[in-house]
Amino acid sequence: MSSTEIKTEKYTSKDFSSGQDVRWCPGCGDYSILAQVQRTLPNIENIVKEKVVWVSGIGCSSRFPYYMGTYGFHGIHGRAPAIATGLKIARPDLTVWVATGDGDLLSIGGNHFIHACRKNIDLKIILFNNRIYGLTKGQYSPTSEKGKVTKTSPYGSVDYPFNAISLALGSNATFVARSLDREPKHLAEMIDRAAAHKGLAFVEVYQNCNIFNDGAFELLTEKETKDDHVVILEHGKPMLFGKNKDKGIKLDGFTPVVVDLNDGRHTINDIIVHDEKDHGMVRAFILSHLTDDPNLPTPIGVFRQVFKPTYDEAMVEQIEQVKKKKGKGDLEKLLFATNTWEVSEN
Amino acid sequence: MADVKEKVEKHIDEVTVRFAGDSGDGMQLTGTQFSDTTAVLGNDLSTLPDYPAEIRAPAGTLYGVSGFQLHFSSEDIHTPGDVPDVLVAMNPAALKKNLPELRRNGLIIVNSDAFDKKNLKLAEYDSNPLEDGSLDGYEIMDIPITSLTFSALEDSPLSQKEKSRCKNFFALGLMYWLYNRPIDQTVNWIESKFKNKPDIIDANEKALKAGYNFGDITERFTTRYTIEPAKLKSGVYRNISGNEATALGFVVAAEKAGLQLFLGSYPITPASDILQYLSKYKEFGVKTFQAEDEISGIASAIGAAFGGSLAITTTSGPGLALKTEATGLAVMTELPLVIVNVQRGGPSTGLPTKTEQADLLQALYGRNGEAPVAVVAAATPSDCFDMSIEASRLALTYMSPVILLTDGYLANGSEPWKIPSIDSIPEIPVKFHTDVDSYQPYSRDENLVRPWAIPGTPGLEHRIGGLEKANITGNVSYDPDNHFEMIKVREEKIKKMANSIPDLEIEGDNDADILVIGWGGTYGAIKEAVMHSRKKGYKVAQAHFKYINPMPKNTEEVLKSFKHILLPEINMGQLAKVLKSEFLIPIIQFNVVRGLPFRVGDIEAKIVEVLGGKNE
Repeated sequence: MSSTEIKTEKYTSKDFSSGQDVRWCPGCGDYSILAQVQRTLPNIENIVKEKVVWVSGIGCSSRFPYYMGTYGFHGIHGRAPAIATGLKIARPDLTVWVATGDGDLLSIGGNHFIHACRKNIDLKIILFNNRIYGLTKGQYSPTSEKGKVTKTSPYGSVDYPFNAISLALGSNATFVARSLDREPKHLAEMIDRAAAHKGLAFVEVYQNCNIFNDGAFELLTEKETKDDHVVILEHGKPMLFGKNKDKGIKLDGFTPVVVDLNDGRHTINDIIVHDEKDHGMVRAFILSHLTDDPNLPTPIGVFRQVFKPTYDEAMVEQIEQVKKKKGKGDLEKLLFATNTWEVSEN
Repeated sequence: MADVKEKVEKHIDEVTVRFAGDSGDGMQLTGTQFSDTTAVLGNDLSTLPDYPAEIRAPAGTLYGVSGFQLHFSSEDIHTPGDVPDVLVAMNPAALKKNLPELRRNGLIIVNSDAFDKKNLKLAEYDSNPLEDGSLDGYEIMDIPITSLTFSALEDSPLSQKEKSRCKNFFALGLMYWLYNRPIDQTVNWIESKFKNKPDIIDANEKALKAGYNFGDITERFTTRYTIEPAKLKSGVYRNISGNEATALGFVVAAEKAGLQLFLGSYPITPASDILQYLSKYKEFGVKTFQAEDEISGIASAIGAAFGGSLAITTTSGPGLALKTEATGLAVMTELPLVIVNVQRGGPSTGLPTKTEQADLLQALYGRNGEAPVAVVAAATPSDCFDMSIEASRLALTYMSPVILLTDGYLANGSEPWKIPSIDSIPEIPVKFHTDVDSYQPYSRDENLVRPWAIPGTPGLEHRIGGLEKANITGNVSYDPDNHFEMIKVREEKIKKMANSIPDLEIEGDNDADILVIGWGGTYGAIKEAVMHSRKKGYKVAQAHFKYINPMPKNTEEVLKSFKHILLPEINMGQLAKVLKSEFLIPIIQFNVVRGLPFRVGDIEAKIVEVLGGKNE
């Protein structure tokens, strides 16, 4: 079943393209994600193209597998993590990626998402978050802001939105990161790091829907505003932002506050040093909630990366242990493994 | 009765016993032990566990009564018996609940200790039935089982509560004496079950022996019964339940196909046992995934099928409803998948622990779009073994989802099973496609089956999914003509399975006046009813559907060669609806939906009614 032949010549991004016409709306943020994935995968060490599978659910983002030159499975709404879970458990030798949107993963697929995180199944989940339902033409999604006016919320949505990073952290995901469609270098780095992570890797990508939710992340992506609204998380480095890196995040008890390093009262020593390896969840949670406060910058980068054995590994290991203890299964023995009696010729 | 030692040994052909008590009284265990011992003695047997959905309803209440019925015989039998001959009732509620079904003049063994004021009130008795004459006409053995158990355990260090728990073994021991069964098998069971609890082993064994000896010593039992072994085909036998047979069948099917077995499932009564059994078989490399919900159960199985496993998902009625959308995905992606539905009383949560066969139309049609799947049904507990292998074979051979229907009665009921030799079970040929030049994801062979190319195969990278596929290339296609073509191809592919399934077999007179047909778990009841009617001189035949979509090729010919067709179903006429519309023939329906298997006598009466009572 497993051909472990490793390709020696180098792949190019073309190897990861199916050659099919890409049918997203012109200007869609999805193009950037596709490009970064196709650019990044060839550089991943020991990657074997035929062992890569992209699984998706339903939505604009879920057309992703059709454009990849790998194995692909376009499933049903919300169920991509469940399909991918079965595939990965059955075939731990494969590299299984999930392409999904905010409606797909966080609404109809919420249950599968949290349990895939909890079990640490070795999947790479890329969430294309545009805070809107695109394929069904513009209804609010579980990440839409409260008060958002859409076709199904003409007087403003009364829903509170999900914070996808908090949800992933709360579900014990072992790798949690965020990036932006308009930051190709950063995005490529997050994809690369997700690929290298052993265990469930979750990458939320803020992505623009120029048809139904244009400019949703404008503050974070436009040249004039992004420096003041985005803080880049780097392991072991203080959380500084602003054009001249003269603003930082300080913890006041458990409350994060922005401080100005030029105010004469603060120094760099007051600023939180980011520790993505922290097994404790408190600081990661605090960081995940910066997004919810308009006075605080939005972090991008790796919130958390910890290591623990994956579900698929544990399952294989358990099977091997039982085989060692009981010996390889013998059907004859199994059928007779109870009280039997013999009836002879009457 | 001058000498108590001189007890009469009476040979009988068959008996139906029902054990009944509180859901905490261990009645299922008692019944199972009695069945296993009886099976090893070589009697033919059939069992019907009947328990409440509540795990421990308040003690002594009518809704907390748990029962286990067992029919055993020196002859070939096929049902757990219509009416018990013997009722073992551990408390007043158990008596009240089961008395209406007991044979007139039947034997009632009651634990008289439990007939106190409190329990009588809980069972809604105004007076004590043991004293008020209401049981006249029955043979009553009121035995103080609790106090006899306590005196047997006088020296035991166990608490009163723990001692009281041993009383089911006293009752079991008594029944072993009454029906001349050895106790050693149960002794062995107790010893292995409570390995590290010597006091419990000691107490249970003492209670068991006390019950056995009580039968021997007491003056009240004057007769002891012997039932000779049944004349079964020669071979090695074991007792097996439907759920265990299903689980074993899948392990065998995977080995015969040379594939890894993957089960994605969410626990639901009465299907959970299959997941539980398969979780144990790790030495066979079986991978069981206890999913977060039913949808994940089937979706994970679809993922595993894409990856090259023999993938199955198991569930019961409401769970099948949740799996509907994903079943359509498996139809569209043409992946092999077995979906087991252990049917129970519906609709909705319905009767979780009771049997029914009312999910047939759901299995056949319960999906959006034209989404044909194969549907097969097991006929007896041991047939679950054969049909799970058959379901796997059809799924793998035809790259299609297959629904295997069993039901609560088959799942929990048990019968002796002649263990087949592994070599006699044919291999299931499976070939993963590897040739790059000849590969198209939806190319088709003579059976319209597409190739199975699994991830990891160099050069065959392809994408599949729920959107309509262009025939041959498998690319997404919205072309109207292609859609119609694909609908026909998927339909035709299922029809082609008929080439590899056995013909419908007629059991009984070929020139019968009436053909009784059925499907699934009603096989045994129909068979006995047909046998009884034939003994009475009626010309009756039986044909049983194990393959429902597609049906055997000779179905129409069989159905049209009999004057009367009678179809008993534990639903309101679902197979009848299908047959009537497919073959435009009249069908006499017989529908009883009570959460219980058919009574043989009821089917028999219906046969006689249809034949106008002639030849009687």
